[in-house]
Amino acid sequence: MPLNKNGYTKKQRQQWMSILAKSLSRELEDAWQGMSEKPLYRHLHKPETGSIMVRGRAGGSGIRFNLGEMTATRCTIQIEKGHVGSAYVMGRDHRHAELAAIFDALLQDPLHHHKISNSVVSSLKISYDKRKEEVAKKSAATKVDFFTMVRGE
Amino acid sequence: MYVAVKGGEEAIANAHKLLAEKRRGDRSVPELEISQIKEQLGLSVDRVMTEGSLYDRELAAIAIKQAQGDLVEAIFLLRAYRTTLPRFGFSEPIETATMEIQRRISSSFKDIPGGQVLGPTYDYTHRLIDFALRVPENGNPGTCREEVSDEAIQNDMPRVADLLAAEGLLDDEAANDKNRSVADLTRDPLELPAGREMRLQNLARGDEGFILSLAYSLLRGFGSSGHPFLGEIRFGEVTVEFVPQELGFPIDVGGIPVTECIMFNRFMGSGETPPRFIKGYGLTFGHCERKAMAMALVDYALRSGELGEKFEYPAQDEEFVLFHSDNVQASGFVEHLKLPHYVDFQADLVLMRNCLAEFKNDSRNNKGIEDEEAI
Repeated sequence: MPLNKNGYTKKQRQQWMSILAKSLSRELEDAWQGMSEKPLYRHLHKPETGSIMVRGRAGGSGIRFNLGEMTATRCTIQIEKGHVGSAYVMGRDHRHAELAAIFDALLQDPLHHHKISNSVVSSLKISYDKRKEEVAKKSAATKVDFFTMVRGE
Repeated sequence: MYVAVKGGEEAIANAHKLLAEKRRGDRSVPELEISQIKEQLGLSVDRVMTEGSLYDRELAAIAIKQAQGDLVEAIFLLRAYRTTLPRFGFSEPIETATMEIQRRISSSFKDIPGGQVLGPTYDYTHRLIDFALRVPENGNPGTCREEVSDEAIQNDMPRVADLLAAEGLLDDEAANDKNRSVADLTRDPLELPAGREMRLQNLARGDEGFILSLAYSLLRGFGSSGHPFLGEIRFGEVTVEFVPQELGFPIDVGGIPVTECIMFNRFMGSGETPPRFIKGYGLTFGHCERKAMAMALVDYALRSGELGEKFEYPAQDEEFVLFHSDNVQASGFVEHLKLPHYVDFQADLVLMRNCLAEFKNDSRNNKGIEDEEAI
């Protein structure tokens, strides 16, 4: 995977954008409030709510079709060093999109990358994984163990 | 024909105030909060989102509250809101194969890789009113403690359909349609014959009751060839990926729960095509299992034409199904009869009066002739 000039791959950016989008808005707010030095930023695109048409595939693997839309909010910001952060997050929470865009910009900035990655993104990931694990463990408890009755013994 | 009727503004305003009061109900009872609807009437929310064709739990919950629990009215409200949103674009197709499974069962194969996971289900409940629910639990955790397993469920469960496909017993749907545009019911007119993608979108938005009854008619013999089998039903969260134009690569926007159903239908083959099973497909937002199953049955029935099977029943008739499935359109047309039709009816009234007079006149004359003949 080619590194870009700031030393991260596209895949890495996709991963942190994914976590920022899937985390709870208040978790991002807490992380932001917890930052001792907040960077200055300006909006290139103010948070805007719209929709994304969600597509499925016929039979799960066949031709594409439109299932229905979902609400989503997007935002683009620029931090003082010039890095531009983008966010598209599910739902109508403007603050979520704004914070996700700010963190995306900071993560692209070599000056902030490690700090944000190690403190913010990793703890968001832990919290996300924990939520997922809880659901998965509850589902696991409903797994059926079939057994066949042996007759005539 | 409608004729503009003036007046009634005050009465209408008062009627809406009365509606608001009725919606609120007895004021000594605490008012419903949106979060309560979202959390505790989740299946209503899921249905409203699926048929309202917009995934947004909070909006659906508000619509349910606003409509006093009338789900078809709530669906209408959500559809109307949807039209106000600018559309950013289309998602990448969701990957249901990598779903984070919460429920997954097959009634075609007993032992399936990944196992049968019941998840939160009304199956096997006794359908007896649970009077314990009459009193809120008030923090008494004993009544609804969840069982938790030590090990998490395995995600990326292989599809049951793959077991049949490996034997060459299933129609191959793998499609590379990247360069083909996908018809969209919200932008393109519904024209016949409709492509499968148009049919699936229509069925996904379609009224659960209507689709369910059509599916039932199929099972009772109005069109079904052989007994369909539930290949697999799965419910869980899938990630929605979107490619923003300015970025040019896919990013995750979030995760949404969906229900997917695959039905196996026996197809005896024709001249060149070998006998095999054909999939019927159902997909909904949230947990709408009955809808997804009915959709899968009707999807297959609507493929009768392309499969060269004769079709003669309502559920196989594309025009009948697709043009009557939408409950917003249907209730709009049925309920428009409430609007003033005073002039139309006057015309009918005059016509009927004349007809009746003519009828009486004729029968009097006929009676005269009969009397004469009798003499």
